Amino acid sequence: MIAHSIFFYFFSVIAIFSSLMVITSRSTINSVFFLILDFISVGCLFIMVGAEFLGMILLIVYVGAVAVLFLFVVMMLNVAEQKQSWFIGRKSTHIPTGLVVSVLILLELLVVVGGWKFKEDIMSSSTLILSDISNTHQLGLVMYTDYILYFQLAGIVLLLAMIGAILLTFRQREGVKKQSYINQVTRSPLTAVELVEVKSNQGVKIDD
Amino acid sequence: MIEIGLGHYLSLGAIIFFLGVIGIFLNRKNVIVILMSIELILLAVNINLISFSIFSGDIIGQIFTMLILTVAAAEAAIGLAIIVVYYRNRGSIRVEDIHGMKG
Repeated sequence: MIAHSIFFYFFSVIAIFSSLMVITSRSTINSVFFLILDFISVGCLFIMVGAEFLGMILLIVYVGAVAVLFLFVVMMLNVAEQKQSWFIGRKSTHIPTGLVVSVLILLELLVVVGGWKFKEDIMSSSTLILSDISNTHQLGLVMYTDYILYFQLAGIVLLLAMIGAILLTFRQREGVKKQSYINQVTRSPLTAVELVEVKSNQGVKIDD
Repeated sequence: MIEIGLGHYLSLGAIIFFLGVIGIFLNRKNVIVILMSIELILLAVNINLISFSIFSGDIIGQIFTMLILTVAAAEAAIGLAIIVVYYRNRGSIRVEDIHGMKG
């Protein structure tokens, strides 16, 4: 139990520190690196608390795909020279409002957490965790049977996101030679092949 | 303090949520940081769902976490694509420069 609390405080301090650095660090690329650190420490917390499958998904999919996507975009756009300039000058009237709203949200959440009593013998709704099978096995047992429709819908959401991203960033460049399939296929033999009578000792002149 | 319960995980989720919201409001830099703040908020929601799922012995919270992960990945891909297109058209993604719909 003491090891559990030590690891909890270790990972959560790292997570809070890195999420603070995400929103305050000077360059965008550092923000992305701290976002990766944040995902990794929260993934370790998930694994520690017993949700191994989602922890590994967070590590693999999030750190491996989404954060690296952020990294690619930051490197592709030229945002390096855009210096940070918040709190300084400018008539940015929404910063005090935003601060008040954010602090109120935090206070409300902490009040709710502090005053919340956990019922002792709470009944779960439909699926009790069976202790003799692993977390991944439990997820599979529920997800592919009762929640198969949501699973398919998640797949459709991902497909739409892929199509949308390709469609948004696709552009036709000028001056690039490309195949024209319709011209290739609809070409007739009459225009493609020319038959010539070759006279003796004169040869044939091609390519004119 | 030593005994780690549900309240600790919920407090961690609340703090990360707060940092995400404050990141959206305070950001004067560029839009990518706003997208990262949204990712932080979704991460806080995932922490809440998973801790409730574990501490109440119900697996369904983890299934919803997986759906949230899917939607967050799709949102990040679409948002970054929009940012790339915007940068290609305007040459800047600073928050102050994006005022085309101010009217």
